[in-house]
Amino acid sequence: MSVHIEALGIDAGSTTIKIVGVDAAGEIVWHQLDETAPQVQPQMEAFAAAAHEAAGHDGIPMVATGYGRGLTSGRKVTEITCHARGVFRATGHGGTLIDIGGQDSKVIVIGADGKVLDFAMNDKCAAGTGRFLEVSARRLKFSLEEFSNTALAATAEVPISSTCTVFAESEIVSLIAGGGDVGQIVRGLHRSLLKRVAALVHRASFSPPLMLSGGVARSEAIRSLLSEELGHDVIVPSRPQLMGAYGAALLALEA
Amino acid sequence: MSLFGSLRYFAGVNIMGNTALRITRLQQERKMRQPGFWKNEHLTEPLRVSPYLKELITRHYLKGRFANGARKVAWVTSGAPVELLIALDYFPIYPENHAAVCGIRRTAARQCASAEEAGYSPDICSYARTDIGSVLSGETPVGRLPKPDLLLCCTNICQTVLYWYRVLAHHFDVPLVLVDTPFLYAEAPEHAVEFVKKQLEEAVEVAERVAGKELTEKRLREVTRLSKDAAELWLRVIEAGRHKPSPITAFDQFIHLAPIVEMRGETFTVDYYAALVRELEERAAAGVGAVKNERKRLIWDNLPIWHRVRWLSDLLAERGVSLVSSTYTNAWGELAPMYDPDKGLESAARVYLHPILNQGAGHKLRTMRRMVEGFEADGVILHSDRSCKPYSIGQISQRDAMINESGVPALLFEADHNDARDFSEEQAYNRVDAFLEMLDA
Repeated sequence: MSVHIEALGIDAGSTTIKIVGVDAAGEIVWHQLDETAPQVQPQMEAFAAAAHEAAGHDGIPMVATGYGRGLTSGRKVTEITCHARGVFRATGHGGTLIDIGGQDSKVIVIGADGKVLDFAMNDKCAAGTGRFLEVSARRLKFSLEEFSNTALAATAEVPISSTCTVFAESEIVSLIAGGGDVGQIVRGLHRSLLKRVAALVHRASFSPPLMLSGGVARSEAIRSLLSEELGHDVIVPSRPQLMGAYGAALLALEA
Repeated sequence: MSLFGSLRYFAGVNIMGNTALRITRLQQERKMRQPGFWKNEHLTEPLRVSPYLKELITRHYLKGRFANGARKVAWVTSGAPVELLIALDYFPIYPENHAAVCGIRRTAARQCASAEEAGYSPDICSYARTDIGSVLSGETPVGRLPKPDLLLCCTNICQTVLYWYRVLAHHFDVPLVLVDTPFLYAEAPEHAVEFVKKQLEEAVEVAERVAGKELTEKRLREVTRLSKDAAELWLRVIEAGRHKPSPITAFDQFIHLAPIVEMRGETFTVDYYAALVRELEERAAAGVGAVKNERKRLIWDNLPIWHRVRWLSDLLAERGVSLVSSTYTNAWGELAPMYDPDKGLESAARVYLHPILNQGAGHKLRTMRRMVEGFEADGVILHSDRSCKPYSIGQISQRDAMINESGVPALLFEADHNDARDFSEEQAYNRVDAFLEMLDA
């Protein structure tokens, strides 16, 4: 039974690669997600092939976004524009979008008409990105879901002093060796990441409503602690990790 | 200086050099006239005067090659009151400009590394590291730099030059003349002009002693007149960017800036800019833009990214975006009215107090606003130059002010004007790309 895919969007990120298919109404009807392979181009081609197979025909218009977008020959749009478009459609309004990606984080100010008004990026330091959580979780042998639950369950937190993701890993080891409570350490790690994200939000713009996207947004601990840090509600659209690819698909649909 | 040195200079520069350079220029000009010479679909062909510019710059460095033994040589900062030295027939070398050439030719990262190996911190301005690295290693893409007989350092562009020129003075064991220009938040008060003028009088004494000749009022007046004429013509080059489409981009201006920076006070500089202005007026009259399909216009703030001029130029041109002007290139034109050939040292004191880098961040913001309005720009790109603290400080506030107070889109992104190691292509491309998409939406 083939899926009615009218347009495709592929988000080739540095950590994960996502592809989304939308129908004529712009609803998500199909998607795939995987860890980015060392050879991104064949992976992108395989994703596109799988989409066409699911649809039962060729020639579906596609827009590529993410760091790997240069590897396609078709239309390319930055993730700033794509995330804004995807989240605007998913939530129905503009505001300030915070996207915490695999190895960068962005704040995108979206106007009431869905257009990007301004943006700020942390593309220099992994300590404010998903990589920070990934490294810490792996060090403590937690899945990302367990990591989130542990942070939420803790009633106090241990501050992490390292500014660097790599050195923070060593700090975790010494804190635990010194008898530190794992739950408090995990909450402290979340705080560390979110303080940086909050600083980026304040630098770009603080125009509610506040929204969160990116793989890391699936963590309830991230959403609730970020909300605490910013003193404001944070909305997470369903399927936050797909927002870039979704926006790209919507742009492909419009063309 | 010796008779032999002078003869060598004459033979090398005036006879062989001039001939070779003229032939090369004619060949290049002929090549440019061939059909099919230029195939770029986004950028209009290069300005016809480009080979003329190349001739001037090459001749400048050729003179440098033969200068020791024939002329007194001075190494000077870009904002130095060089007219005093030109009037004493010094041959000037601008380490900053030489460093920029190294940046363009992609040798700068290696030269910076040489300086760092000698113990200079990577946090020091990449122009200084390029220059010191070049001096220590002897490496230069321009053939050979002449050793200085005198150093002239003016603090109107930054304080780094103070230490940099002390290093050079120590290395070359030559007199260092320092001109300290008080920082301005408004037009210079008379006591500041007087303060600088007194330093210039002392500078002249040292320069005369080293040159073995006296500065005449007549010669200083001539040279100042030539600087003024060139600066006024340069201002017209800048103003040409007001046309829609703009006949010249700031990227072109970064290159055509060379004579006003390193050949001020010479007749040939005035002649060159007159030719450039003529060509730009022709283009403007014919509605020819430097970017073929100009759809958006931007202003640039800060130094260029010398090692990425072409890359950035192509990136913008592909989107139909023309960088119509910059606060950096405008800096030389805006001083033109202040030159007063009849007022000699006082004029120099006034002019060299007022470069953009010697004035508060408010002046730069006002300049940016004025340029956005005057050039009908759609936005501003602020290059946060790691090496240039005076130019970069305040850019975050300036960006915010442009967006929030003036409603003008503005992008801030980080790079370095000379050290290619402090540049992340993917990240920079992403930011510029996202900004251009935002403008287009």
